[in-house]
Amino acid sequence: MSTPDIVLRLPSSPRVLGLPAAETLEADEVTGHGEGGPAPKRIVVGYGFWIFLLSDIVMFSAFFAAYAVLSAATAGGPSAAQLFDIRNVQIETACLLLSSFCCGIATLAVEQRNLRLTQGALLATGLLGFAFLALEVHEFIGLVAQDAGPSRSAFLSSFFALVGCHGAHITAGLLWLGTMMAQLYAKGFRADICRRYFCFSLFWHALDIIWVAIFTVVYLMGVRT
Amino acid sequence: MNDTTAHAAGGGMGDLAPGQQDKNPKDFAAGLRSYLVGLALAVGLTIASFWAAQTHLIYAPGVSAALIALAIAQMGIHLVFFLHITTGPDNTNNALALAFGILIVFLVVVGSLWIMSNMNHMSVAMGESMHMQP
Repeated sequence: MSTPDIVLRLPSSPRVLGLPAAETLEADEVTGHGEGGPAPKRIVVGYGFWIFLLSDIVMFSAFFAAYAVLSAATAGGPSAAQLFDIRNVQIETACLLLSSFCCGIATLAVEQRNLRLTQGALLATGLLGFAFLALEVHEFIGLVAQDAGPSRSAFLSSFFALVGCHGAHITAGLLWLGTMMAQLYAKGFRADICRRYFCFSLFWHALDIIWVAIFTVVYLMGVRT
Repeated sequence: MNDTTAHAAGGGMGDLAPGQQDKNPKDFAAGLRSYLVGLALAVGLTIASFWAAQTHLIYAPGVSAALIALAIAQMGIHLVFFLHITTGPDNTNNALALAFGILIVFLVVVGSLWIMSNMNHMSVAMGESMHMQP
């Protein structure tokens, strides 16, 4: 048996698909295999989620733009100054800010691998978030009861769309929070569970940032004019 | 390749995930102090916002500008102390993504307001001219 004379030469570009990259090429010719190697998964996952959060904020900006354009279009119905209760908004803001803070405590506890503190801080995060949500639902029910529902005017449509979208995010966040607590309880501080937790904490802090914009633009400026 | 060598050789390119306070988790007290500073600043700015909206001490047309400035300051506090997005060299990718997001948000909001107020002016002018016709 003789070996064939012709040796197949592969194209040397590392971007051609199907190359057994690490064996045939110099290490730093291949994307992600250069000096320093691929980024750790913690960074890749976190960065991807950060991009998602930014796109979510871009989506919110469209709702903010719609509200800002339509906030004076009350169609003869009640205006922001007649409807909004600033005391209620103050309590909502306090709940969400403290909830965000508790989530930060939970992040520290996860880094310390302290399960009891993590679960306690997450429980506080969830209860404060739930209190926020209950106040918001209560406010919405009150508005609809006094004939100021989303179908009353363009102003109220854009109000319910913007604040309701934030409330829907909070609801989703609370479900995620419950899932995280269950997973931490059942599986402990496994690497993938911790990555999930860090994504959740980013999500929760970002929702608080959006709430800062909402209470400023919708409530404080609305009551002012 | 494990994480530590990747960090050592990475030379400051996206070394921290967003939300990550430090490569090696600091002790609990230092982290807690940072969150407490963030909470105190956020509470202060929130109280200032609600105060500015209800007081009559501020020149009335300037209140909106004051509220927007306070809101942007508070968002910055949240980003730095809660989300740990900084301008440090280990945060370049995160900060650049944020900058692009802010650009898009700015274009959407300011562009919408600008175009719609322009159209309002135009339609008011058109309505008046139609009334003037016999």
